[in-house]
Amino acid sequence: MWDTSLFIETLPVLIGAFLKITLVVTVLSSILSALLGLVWAIALRELPAWAAAPLRFVLDFIRMTPLPVHLLVIYYAFNNLSPMTVGVLVFGVHYSTYMAESYRAGIDSIRKGQWEAATALSLPASRTWRAVILPQAIRNTLPSLGNWAIAMFKDTPFLIFISVPEMVTEARQFGGQHFSYVEAMTVAGLLFLVASYPTAVLMRKLEKKLAY
Amino acid sequence: MPTDQTPGSIPGHENNGGVPRIQFEDVVKRFGSTTVLDNLNFNVGRGERVTLIGPSGSGKTTILRLLMTLEHLTDGYIWVDGDPLTHARQDGKRVELKSKQVAQVRKRIGMVFQQFNLFPHLTVLENITLAPREVRRMPKKEAEEIAMRMLERVKIPEQAHKYPGQLSGGQQQRVAIARALAMQPKVMLFDEPTSALDPEMIKEVLDVMEELADSGMTMIVVSHAPRRP
Repeated sequence: MWDTSLFIETLPVLIGAFLKITLVVTVLSSILSALLGLVWAIALRELPAWAAAPLRFVLDFIRMTPLPVHLLVIYYAFNNLSPMTVGVLVFGVHYSTYMAESYRAGIDSIRKGQWEAATALSLPASRTWRAVILPQAIRNTLPSLGNWAIAMFKDTPFLIFISVPEMVTEARQFGGQHFSYVEAMTVAGLLFLVASYPTAVLMRKLEKKLAY
Repeated sequence: MPTDQTPGSIPGHENNGGVPRIQFEDVVKRFGSTTVLDNLNFNVGRGERVTLIGPSGSGKTTILRLLMTLEHLTDGYIWVDGDPLTHARQDGKRVELKSKQVAQVRKRIGMVFQQFNLFPHLTVLENITLAPREVRRMPKKEAEEIAMRMLERVKIPEQAHKYPGQLSGGQQQRVAIARALAMQPKVMLFDEPTSALDPEMIKEVLDVMEELADSGMTMIVVSHAPRRP
């Protein structure tokens, strides 16, 4: 049965958990994964084959194994790190492997003539990346980076595996204490929606603004 | 590979300096098992204008791409003003040069592509000033002055602040020429510069090329059309 007073009671609790944990992990991990993903994508293209192959293997390994496993392994292997730190690092690294693929697609979409024009102007590799390739590639990559960030956001309940009291864990606890889960879970779901939807709209706006 | 030399000049017999601007020595280029260029030897003198004509697949563009270091030289040597471009001869052995050394000599060469290859995210002015600023470390103001002079030379200074996508094909190709000229090259390569253009825009590009030729620039032009590139 739906109980509006429970709904109202759970709101501040879950908003607090959302702001303190879910949002912090999502924002920090998004920044980390966007930066690392770019590093991986460039490294895979620039490194000699003997160095690129093992990097590719490690990235594939991370991408093809489940996030909760990473959380647990890192949590127990580095027990001097706080659970929040483990969460940010694991989410950041895990999603960086997806973002690297997106960056790679964006970089591959740049026509060969752009690279050749840069060579013909004798631009060194670093400046070719910075001034010619990345500004165009990132524009193509941005929508998909936004989607990964939203996917990551929705994966934050996995933090329960390392006992970080994020929003869904709190909702479950609240439900357990009051013998009714519907209200708390509805609030949690709404909060996810309220945060994801503007992000998606914002990404679309940004995309349009970057078009030329 | 027929070469259409400018009237009055004989390949390899340039008047000034003695050292040819460009020298291909026993150049071999293979793509897999296909040999495109087999022991090619020719010189281009200073101020000489050479047009390469021939059927597609005969290796015209490959010659330009080797000079611009966009392709790897299978065998032989290319010399620019007597300096080795990608491979040098040391103690009778053929040695591949490091990319920094290659860049030093390559800076003397500018290239204009069939598809213009302008940077679409940069304005016309930024397209032209990018390399002078980043490679030659020129201050912004000085680079922009040179860029404006080059744009006046190709007769579109009023387009400086537009993006390439806002220009016609002929205007884009003229920006590409200005961009290459801003690096003050000694040799200009043109790879079918007008074949991606609508007929009514060909003349404006050819006029610019003719002006460039009259100024004494060494030019190698690849064309599929005899006489007029």
